Amino acid sequence: MGIVFGTVIGVLPGLGGPNGVALLLPITFSMEPTSAIIFVSCIYWGALFGGAITSILFNIPGESWSVATTFDGHPMARDGEAGKALTTAFTSSFVGALMAVAMITFFASFLADVATKFGPPEIFAIQLLTFASIIGLGGSNAFKSLASALIGFGLAAVGIDIVTGEFRLTFGTLELARGFNFIVAVIGLFGIGDILVSVEEGLRFIGVARARVRLREVFSTWRELLGHWRVFLFGSFVGFWMGFKPGGATAASFMAYGFARRFSKNPERMGKGAIEGIIAPESAAHSAGVSALLPMLVLGIPGSATAAVILGGLLIWGLQPGPLLFTEKPEFVWGLIASMYSGNVIGVVIVLTCVPLFAAILRIPFAILTPLIVVICIIGAYAPSSSMVDVWYMLGFGFVGYIFKRLDYPLAPMVLALVLGDMAETALRQSLIMSRGSVAIFFDRPISGTIMVAAIALFLLPAIGMIRRRIGRGSPAGPAIPRGD
Amino acid sequence: MVSDVSKHVSRTTVVIIALVLSIVAAPSRDAAAWEPRNPVEFVVPAGTGGGSDVLARFLVSIIDKHKLSPKPLVVVNKPGGGGAEALLYTKEKKEDPHTIMITPNLLFVTPLHTGIPFSWKDLTPISLLAEDLFILWVNAESPYMTAKQYLDAVKAKPLGFKMGGTAQEDQVVTHLLESAVGGLQFNYVPFKGGGEVCVNLVGKHVDSTVNNPSECVSHWKAGKVRPLAVLDRERATWVEGQWKDIPTTKEALGADIQYLMLRAIFGAPGMKKDVVEFYTGLMKKVHATPEFQKYLADNALKGSFVTGAEFVSKLDAADKQHVEVMTKHGMVKKK
Amino acid sequence: MRVAEIITAAVLCAIGFALTAESWSLGSGWGKAGPEAGFFPFWLGVLLSLTAITLFVQATLSRDRGKPFLEREQLVRVAKVAIPTVAAVALIQVIGLYFATALYLTGYMRWIGRHSWSLVLAVGLGTPLLTFALFEIWFLTPMRKGPIEIWLGF
Repeated sequence: MGIVFGTVIGVLPGLGGPNGVALLLPITFSMEPTSAIIFVSCIYWGALFGGAITSILFNIPGESWSVATTFDGHPMARDGEAGKALTTAFTSSFVGALMAVAMITFFASFLADVATKFGPPEIFAIQLLTFASIIGLGGSNAFKSLASALIGFGLAAVGIDIVTGEFRLTFGTLELARGFNFIVAVIGLFGIGDILVSVEEGLRFIGVARARVRLREVFSTWRELLGHWRVFLFGSFVGFWMGFKPGGATAASFMAYGFARRFSKNPERMGKGAIEGIIAPESAAHSAGVSALLPMLVLGIPGSATAAVILGGLLIWGLQPGPLLFTEKPEFVWGLIASMYSGNVIGVVIVLTCVPLFAAILRIPFAILTPLIVVICIIGAYAPSSSMVDVWYMLGFGFVGYIFKRLDYPLAPMVLALVLGDMAETALRQSLIMSRGSVAIFFDRPISGTIMVAAIALFLLPAIGMIRRRIGRGSPAGPAIPRGD
Repeated sequence: MVSDVSKHVSRTTVVIIALVLSIVAAPSRDAAAWEPRNPVEFVVPAGTGGGSDVLARFLVSIIDKHKLSPKPLVVVNKPGGGGAEALLYTKEKKEDPHTIMITPNLLFVTPLHTGIPFSWKDLTPISLLAEDLFILWVNAESPYMTAKQYLDAVKAKPLGFKMGGTAQEDQVVTHLLESAVGGLQFNYVPFKGGGEVCVNLVGKHVDSTVNNPSECVSHWKAGKVRPLAVLDRERATWVEGQWKDIPTTKEALGADIQYLMLRAIFGAPGMKKDVVEFYTGLMKKVHATPEFQKYLADNALKGSFVTGAEFVSKLDAADKQHVEVMTKHGMVKKK
Repeated sequence: MRVAEIITAAVLCAIGFALTAESWSLGSGWGKAGPEAGFFPFWLGVLLSLTAITLFVQATLSRDRGKPFLEREQLVRVAKVAIPTVAAVALIQVIGLYFATALYLTGYMRWIGRHSWSLVLAVGLGTPLLTFALFEIWFLTPMRKGPIEIWLGF
């Protein structure tokens, strides 16, 4: 029951995750804590599954961690393979979640200790690694990618500066002092931008007419997925470790996507509907979504906004999250873990049987679907902080998204910079305050040092590759450098 | 609705003024008293899952459970600009009887620090639900057993010790501690949330924190952190357990410090008297529920319900304290 | 196409300058405790301006003058979606979400989609009603309201 609710909520942009759980929390107050958490966490699983649906069908990521899913999921749906894309997304989520739950079951207390080892320097190192992993994503013109990323960082910096508490880049206006909500930007850039691009091309969601999906397709997709087990494993692994920290799921999905692209046998397919491009971010995001609950339970710090709401629920049910929860209320913790298994199994069955139904949405005539999508975008932009200003921002981002797409500025760097820029800057400055200005803090500490070295190596790799290509130019082994026309 | 309520009105309660009336948990109310006609917007100056948000949703759920309001309260999150968005939003809602707001001390800190055109006097004070203590914590593995030992070490090495806290609110507390004790300077590291601060203490990324009890209590019970002093004039004697063993700053350091986090409810500017009475009564009923009392005890909150002139004078005093400390340490934005 | 490239690069460059100027006033140095509030935005602005200038030069030098940014026909198609959308948001600002959505949906489907009135009305009125039930009643999430909703008592 909770799962059905959850999927419904997760599908609605802006209502997914934290808001949905927050709204349904009051229902659980009369319940016993163990059944309450099972109910609430099922909503959570549902929302995690649901986030992929709008990303794939309409290019509107309902949650920040679904952004990476749009890169390949939406092109696939446009090619008439919506059913396959959805099946892949749901299966990947399911596998990711299951692997994370298995890890939690066996290593919960050990992992909690590891989580406390992550201070600001380690967090910064991880952010850097994420950036490094997706370097070179999109665009043929490197300057356009750079401009896009810089705009993203710029947008992230607008508003209040967490370290000094000052307003910055507000140009004296209070409208800008609120900063830009990530979801608002993404709905505009992707959702509205995509509608404009497709009407201009007169596409009317092509391939849709033949998107008559049967359940049989689920099984044929599964057979294909078996060949990609490495991507599953890797995505889940990345997701699990990234999930401990706030914003982890989003970073994890991008990182997994970046790595999948880097190690893919045919990287040029990525971004155009490659199946790995769905598997990696979805398994990572869902795995991170599960592991985000762990620090909430054992440390009392939520790894995601939704976990934060559930944390509120724990307090209201009279439970004190923290290191003692496992020993004081074992039945509660094990009930939760049991619900992780059963909830995900039930969830995946429900969403998979609905795949034909979801795919059928695309058969709705264009002139009806377009205004409906616009309405969904408007509601999604308004809901997070009940603000009309956000709706106007969303429209503005829509036009920017459209122009950028037309002129071949890639959107992915902007989105990633927008979501991680603020966090990365905060962590960097916290670290530098801690070390009183010395950069050595990132390399002195074993964990952050290791990650930093890995990140720097990743940054350098493409450069080394380019040099090698330059040296070996003309030889059949080295691909020719594409020349701009 | 009115006829429904009037059935429950008992003879004695009609006589008593509305405020006293509302202590009674049953929906008995003078039929003429004001009641919300629309859902009430409950503005939270934090994102979903923040400290104020959790408390607000908790209050709403108590109101739902005991059916204390004829129309639902609806939480509206306005996290932008360190609470500035929420403060200005509520200020805009002149004489709107259906908007109330919950706020911690950012009510004072944010306007001073950012220079937004807002003062708490713009809003209509309704009531104070609780006051949260601040405690000086260190990692349990650190050698400092008393606040004096720790602060002596800090004195010996200016800026050599890292104090973690939530954004700018805890910076005020840190400065307060510095000026009261004298001769010491912390290296203040701001974080986004209180829970995060305490975990950073457990992981030894900072040397000490000034967390609220609720943020650190579980780590304390697990033996990971150690409380050194309560930043208040009296020990936390009103709760069960070990809280009352923590000395005050006066006892531990000879420095008289009192800094409390207000958990206050405000109404839109210029709210009418009968409307204020309704909300005051509502909050008083919430405060009296066993759920809320348990919440207070679990988190070692000071739970006296304060309203009217006493509330205003408390606000006034807290305002003065913030202006003083923040001016002294250059935290007030120059206009 | 070239003109659009040049204009975009110019706008980006302007944003870069604005960022630089605004963060300069915040203090963009490297303070005692690491970078100040304006440090990153400042260099961000500088870098953005430089990138934009490069793009500007690239666009100016490019020989591709052929295609216009939008064909006339494409412009009409985009405008048909964009203008009603902007109008819808403006309408929401004035009369609230539910009535504005109803007007927008019916208007769009009827005049642009040319669907039959029965279908148009079913979707156009059904959607706002469903959203209303979902958000206001079930989830208690208030949406933007105008005078009509307030008059009706919500």
